[in-house]
Amino acid sequence: MKNSILSILVVACAVIGSVQVASAAGDAKTPRQMDWSFSGPFGTYDKAALQRGFLVFKSVCASCHSLDLIAFRNLEALGYEEGQIKNIAAEYTVMDGPNDEGDMFERPARPSDYFPSPFANTAAAKYANNGAYPPDLSLITKARKDGANYVYSLLTGYKDAPEYVQLMSGQHYNPYMAGGVIAMAAPLSDDQVAYEDETPTTADQYAKDVVQFLNWAAEPEMEARKRMGVKVLFFLSIFALVMYGVKRKIWHDVH
Amino acid sequence: MAGGQREKFDNPVVEWVDSRLPVFTLMQKEYGVFPTPRNFNYFWNFGAIAMFMLVTMIVTGITLAMQYTADTTLAFNSVEGIMRDVNYGWLIRYIHMNGASFFFIAVYIHIFRGMYYGSYKQPRELLWILGVVIFLLMMATAFMGYVLPWGQMSYWGATVITNLFSAIPLVGDDIVTLLWGGFSVDNPTLKRFFALHYLLPFVIFAVVFLHVWALHVTGSNNPTGVEPKGKQDTLPFHPYYTMKDTFGLIVFVIIYAAFVFFMPNALGHPDNYIPADPLVTPAHIVPEWYFLPFYAILRAITFDIGIPFTDIALIEAKLGGVIAMFGAIVLLLIMPWLDTHPVRSARYRPWYKKALLVFVFGVVVLGYAGSQPADKVYWQTCIGSEAACSASDDHHGVATDTAHTGDDHAKPEKAPMVLKFDNTMLAQIFTIYYYVFFLVILPLLSRKEKALPIPKSLHEAVLAKAKASAAK
Ligand code: HEC
Ligand code: HEM
Repeated sequence: MKNSILSILVVACAVIGSVQVASAAGDAKTPRQMDWSFSGPFGTYDKAALQRGFLVFKSVCASCHSLDLIAFRNLEALGYEEGQIKNIAAEYTVMDGPNDEGDMFERPARPSDYFPSPFANTAAAKYANNGAYPPDLSLITKARKDGANYVYSLLTGYKDAPEYVQLMSGQHYNPYMAGGVIAMAAPLSDDQVAYEDETPTTADQYAKDVVQFLNWAAEPEMEARKRMGVKVLFFLSIFALVMYGVKRKIWHDVH
Repeated sequence: MAGGQREKFDNPVVEWVDSRLPVFTLMQKEYGVFPTPRNFNYFWNFGAIAMFMLVTMIVTGITLAMQYTADTTLAFNSVEGIMRDVNYGWLIRYIHMNGASFFFIAVYIHIFRGMYYGSYKQPRELLWILGVVIFLLMMATAFMGYVLPWGQMSYWGATVITNLFSAIPLVGDDIVTLLWGGFSVDNPTLKRFFALHYLLPFVIFAVVFLHVWALHVTGSNNPTGVEPKGKQDTLPFHPYYTMKDTFGLIVFVIIYAAFVFFMPNALGHPDNYIPADPLVTPAHIVPEWYFLPFYAILRAITFDIGIPFTDIALIEAKLGGVIAMFGAIVLLLIMPWLDTHPVRSARYRPWYKKALLVFVFGVVVLGYAGSQPADKVYWQTCIGSEAACSASDDHHGVATDTAHTGDDHAKPEKAPMVLKFDNTMLAQIFTIYYYVFFLVILPLLSRKEKALPIPKSLHEAVLAKAKASAAK
């Protein structure tokens, strides 16, 4: 018995060891660890924060970053009514067509349309941003290690460059970015966006809210997933207990 | 398999079918009354668990294929479409994605079980070889599956791994062209990988069938490695092992489900959520965790092997790495002939047991080494002047790359001696042990190791154990 326990331990170490495969990004500072409403097995999104985050996204980030995977209809998950969504969509114009005469035409966006990109293509986006490409933000919190904390730390982590870092024009110092140099200027400052409720309009609060929104954009299924997970694990645990009982009973006369 | 004598079934429908095609008799014989050693421990669950994972992968895979598009311009977004717009698409994808990892966990434990209890030995050599064939097919399948979402790691992983084949002398480049269907990893590559990723699991299924068939010819091994000698040593498979396997399976599925629902991306790499871009190389290209030990072996060969004191390289480093990596699997294949010790189970082979546990530790370390950049330095010291040392020590701190561009450190007159231990050396040490274990330790122990006394029969072993626990 001792032997098998020892071997199980070794195997367990093997498994855990491989799970811990740290992706060594090397020289970037470890993101600040925040207490998000959506972290943990029971975590949920805070709808008010999502709506504020959306406001920050659309008034600040959307002028450079696309959000290709999100359609206006998806905003229902933030707690907006159908009418509100129609109005939000209508603020944007999209290209449609060809019509019966074969011409392309512009029209106000509908809930079924996807978020329009700020730039016509990658080249245009780079040209407008000193050659750096502002990545699509639909999956950003999944596309970076420790994504939510990382984006928050990045947005709030801008600093004056230490002496040994020489920045070229259009470059900024941010210790959370791999390499320390980023082509995006600090996008957030206090009182930049007006909130409808009493929430403080500080850069820090904006960062928190927009990260909540971006995490939703990356994992819109998260709440449903965790809810189902709790039920599944509950069911399986009961099932395991029952099977353990059955097994014990059947094996009773053997030992 | 089934044939010859047949007992009548009471149910007339069952009897009607069975008298024409004896499937019920077969099931009854192979899974009902099949005599199974009475002393299995929970390591014997992992074959059934692997089977469950294979079926899970095939079912979720086919469902994913209904929505997936194998085209470089559409693949990434079609996967996101499954995640967002297909009902429970996220569930299916996360089950499949984490399923690959848990399939490998099950099979790695299953292989370890075989090694520990000597299940590869006579008369189960072919059973073992079929297992290694399954393992190889799994690796090919998983590798091609990882390419399908067409993220950054998909693309660059595929590029690095397919490029390895170019190291093969003479035909290497042609093989690579064939794999790619062109001159780089591109649309034809993705399309053929999808076709093969769909095909291979069914090939695995067929080999598993042979594997289980072979098992039912020799019968199972057991923790003592002593063959059952009669009825008192065995139990009918049902209900004893059907129930025990179900219990073990559910415990395994609980851990699997925890990953699927609560940390579905913990085992993956974030870069694969960035669409593939042939113009941007990721900082570190890392394969999936289950390939890491082999990846480390591949990278450990950093030197050409040639005729000493000349510049002639017989085997270039790249080819050397490829040979070392595939050799690591060939060693598994021929293990039954490397270890010819008459005693099977490590329980009665204290030296073999130690060597094997160190081997497992070594594979884990290799896995770690595979996940780290090759030039990562774990420890270093300088022998020489202070200044010389600090010059070679500018790896730390943020943004030093940019900081030091243009800095011309004056070259010290005498080159400092830098003693260091880096990731490549770590990988080399344990690659050597991997080979030494198979090629030196196993044959040596086969001849020299004195085994502890083995029980005369399973029955005796079980009784002795029961007595021991009663005495406590
Ligand atoms: C003026 C244009 C502009 C605005 C406004 C802007 N960004 Fe950026 N962003 C960029 C550019 C350019 C990059 C690419 C930086 C680089 O690669 O160095 C970038 C990169 C990023 C990255 C990726 C960093 C990485 O790890 O590669 C994130 C995350 C990000 N932006 C978030 C935001 C958020 C959130 C907002 C709104 C609060 C925002 N950005 C507003 C231009 C902008
Ligand atoms: C798709 C993957 C695999 C499946 C579905 C599978 C399935 C099974 C099943 C159901 C059993 C009987 C139950 C058991 O003894 O645990 C078994 C036995 C066995 N398998 Fe596998 N197997 C797989 C892969 C492998 C691999 C990769 C190896 C070795 C390299 C292997 C080696 C063996 C051996 C040696 C036995 C007999 C063991 C004994 O009775 O002690 N199998 N397999």
